[in-house]
Amino acid sequence: MALALTATLIVIAALSWELLVPAVRERRSRRAPAADAGPAQGYDPGRERRAEQRARRLLRSCVTDEDWLMYRDLGVLRVWGTLAGGPGDGGTGGTRAGAPYAYLIYPHGPLISYLPQTGELLSEYCVTFPDETRPYGSSRLPDSDDVLAKWLALTGDERGLIDQANMHQAGRQLDPGRVRADLLRLRRWDAARSPAPPAGPSRAAGGEHPDSAPHHG
Amino acid sequence: MKLLRMKPGHGEVVLAEGDIDVREDEEALVAEFVRQLDLGMWAAVPVATPDGRREARMVREFADVPRDADRVIFFPRAAGG
Repeated sequence: MALALTATLIVIAALSWELLVPAVRERRSRRAPAADAGPAQGYDPGRERRAEQRARRLLRSCVTDEDWLMYRDLGVLRVWGTLAGGPGDGGTGGTRAGAPYAYLIYPHGPLISYLPQTGELLSEYCVTFPDETRPYGSSRLPDSDDVLAKWLALTGDERGLIDQANMHQAGRQLDPGRVRADLLRLRRWDAARSPAPPAGPSRAAGGEHPDSAPHHG
Repeated sequence: MKLLRMKPGHGEVVLAEGDIDVREDEEALVAEFVRQLDLGMWAAVPVATPDGRREARMVREFADVPRDADRVIFFPRAAGG
């Protein structure tokens, strides 16, 4: 009886060993890469969400209330062009003659230049702000930080930013249909907020904008 | 004055903070400003114009930062996408 019981226990122990060892090895192998990579690596949706919330607060603190509402409601930010001769490459005879033009800023998308009066799309300016220190394994800023970086550079040194960008015809990265739809939404958004139709700013006096210019970024 | 830097996965971080009218603080702000530019960052100061518009001033030297600015924002240099 004792012999049979001992034999049974030995068999159970052997079977348990066979079952447990692979499971333990698998757990160890799953832990090892994370430990090697360090705590800063890997995509963490919670961390990215908190980063975006922080970025949105910073953006909101920099732009006008109206621009913030535009971005919040539409997901794009408009910045009026200020160069007396238009944006240079990618402009038209009209912009070179002083016609108002503007840009749409998309998060992690190109700048889209266009004529507000007609809705005509002019060009795409493809520009990125990669942080090569990659603190969490990615060089990509939060969406709203990317928008703010474009806004800072565009309002602070429009020509310098445009010179850095790769200029393409509209439609290279963003579907022109989508952009036109966004412009239509923006037009409606403007109309809902103001009884007067939006008029582009004058660029006649060294980029000075009249008080009537709406939503200047 | 605060020196802020945009950071992937985090949002902005405060690099330095101090009273620009206090010599030690100013020296620390200048040192961090120079360090960030040496790292290849761009620096901008958000400002409000008298007519209520908002815009930025790109600054390449600490002397270009308005004395009454409450923050300087550093962000990665632009590259063609």
